[in-house]
Amino acid sequence: MNPPATNPAAQAAAAGAPSTTGSTATRVLGVISLVGIAAVAVFGLLISPPDAELGETIRILYLHVPTVSSAYLAFVVTAVASVAYLWKRTEFWDLLAASSAEIGVLFFALTIFDGMMWGKVTWGVFWRWEPRLVTTTVLLLTYIGYLVVRSIPSDPRTRGTLSAAIGIMAVVNIPITHKAVDWWRGLHQGGTVLGTVDPEMSGTQLFSTYLALTVFMVLFVWLLIHRFRVAWLAERAADAGISEAISRRRHEATLGGGSVGGVNP
Amino acid sequence: MDELRRVARAAQLVAAKDLRIERRTKVATAQMLPFALLVLLLFAFALDPDRGVLAEATAGLFWTTVLFTAVLAIQRSFAVELSNGVLDSLRLSGLSVPGIFLGKVAALFVQLAVLEVVLGLGVAVLYDAQLGGWALLVVVALAATTGICAAGAAYGLLAARLRQGSALLPLLLLPLLAPVLIAATRGSDVALGRETGGGWSWAALLGVFAVAYLGLGAALYGPLMDET
Repeated sequence: MNPPATNPAAQAAAAGAPSTTGSTATRVLGVISLVGIAAVAVFGLLISPPDAELGETIRILYLHVPTVSSAYLAFVVTAVASVAYLWKRTEFWDLLAASSAEIGVLFFALTIFDGMMWGKVTWGVFWRWEPRLVTTTVLLLTYIGYLVVRSIPSDPRTRGTLSAAIGIMAVVNIPITHKAVDWWRGLHQGGTVLGTVDPEMSGTQLFSTYLALTVFMVLFVWLLIHRFRVAWLAERAADAGISEAISRRRHEATLGGGSVGGVNP
Repeated sequence: MDELRRVARAAQLVAAKDLRIERRTKVATAQMLPFALLVLLLFAFALDPDRGVLAEATAGLFWTTVLFTAVLAIQRSFAVELSNGVLDSLRLSGLSVPGIFLGKVAALFVQLAVLEVVLGLGVAVLYDAQLGGWALLVVVALAATTGICAAGAAYGLLAARLRQGSALLPLLLLPLLAPVLIAATRGSDVALGRETGGGWSWAALLGVFAVAYLGLGAALYGPLMDET
């Protein structure tokens, strides 16, 4: 009896899972994302004129608006997948929720970073108690808690249930936190496009903003599919690892004349 | 109607159980009240008590102390459930699950309400705070405490289900309660006459938070209790 392969990709393949996270669809999405990001850079940095009020700093908004919008989309996906997990109890929804939350945290961290860069240029300091920055930071901490819970070793079903509960409760807190922080800092902003785009934008500024939004949505989907597939393969590799360990113990038991688990007396 | 009666009966039983345990052991009381008063003193050490900073920031310091102390109360509330498999017995008892959740919320509410009264006296004496605006103050305190207890009861059970869960509880709970801290502080500031206008809007926001987390907690308690 030959012991099974130890390579994770081979284990995953043996368990019936693909050994790569790429597919034709993700390659197309990847090319669109990369070309789109290059186009956003050209429009945002070269073609779009400086703003009358914000000056050159408006170029940071071409990154800020799409990262924060993608993060919110990611957290909504996490919440929907969490509800679906509690209903259907399938691994697909659990891993989708977790993958989306990870990307949301990444985009939120980017949002805080570019917000602080904007603050340094505009106010001369990295941090001011600006409502959007505060809200983003509080929510980032909430979702870091979600990821910490997922990182604690536990039974997959327990991990899925606990993180699904957090994913649902956290998303309900988003509008409440927004409202509290906005009132706290005296922000009573009027109507905006998607809540973040200045409605007075026009021409190449508006085009650049919507281009960046579209490109980051595609980027989000691209990253989500890959992250989901990595998570799925990791689960299969873990399953294969358990099967392999059982198989090895049986192999040892056979060689050792029947001593269970290969333990010598 | 029968279902509502079942929920209310379960809530009453669980709340009475928790409060009876607390009355007999006095563990939470012996930890919470001295801790809360200690935090009030620590704030005075950190901020210069002679410059009026404490009186200025009374509402914020009060609610920050309540939040920190609430974490202790929540940890204690679920520590008693974990020993001897009480949580599993509760699940098997056939009691209404939303009722169990509401019972935990009610018991925590009573403990935090007592704490807030003592802390209120504490800030009046130690920080020379002038209490007033009672109607708004009481509504803000009721709504904020309900929200803290609802979110706390849900996250307390969740943390209890995890290894190292008690250490994680503050990380999970405090960011979630950030809007409660903001709204309760501002609402209390208006009630105490330190800010003008908008006090009832803050109370309404606290009410929305409380209702949202009472609903979510009641809905999610079943799946959370089923985990081992």
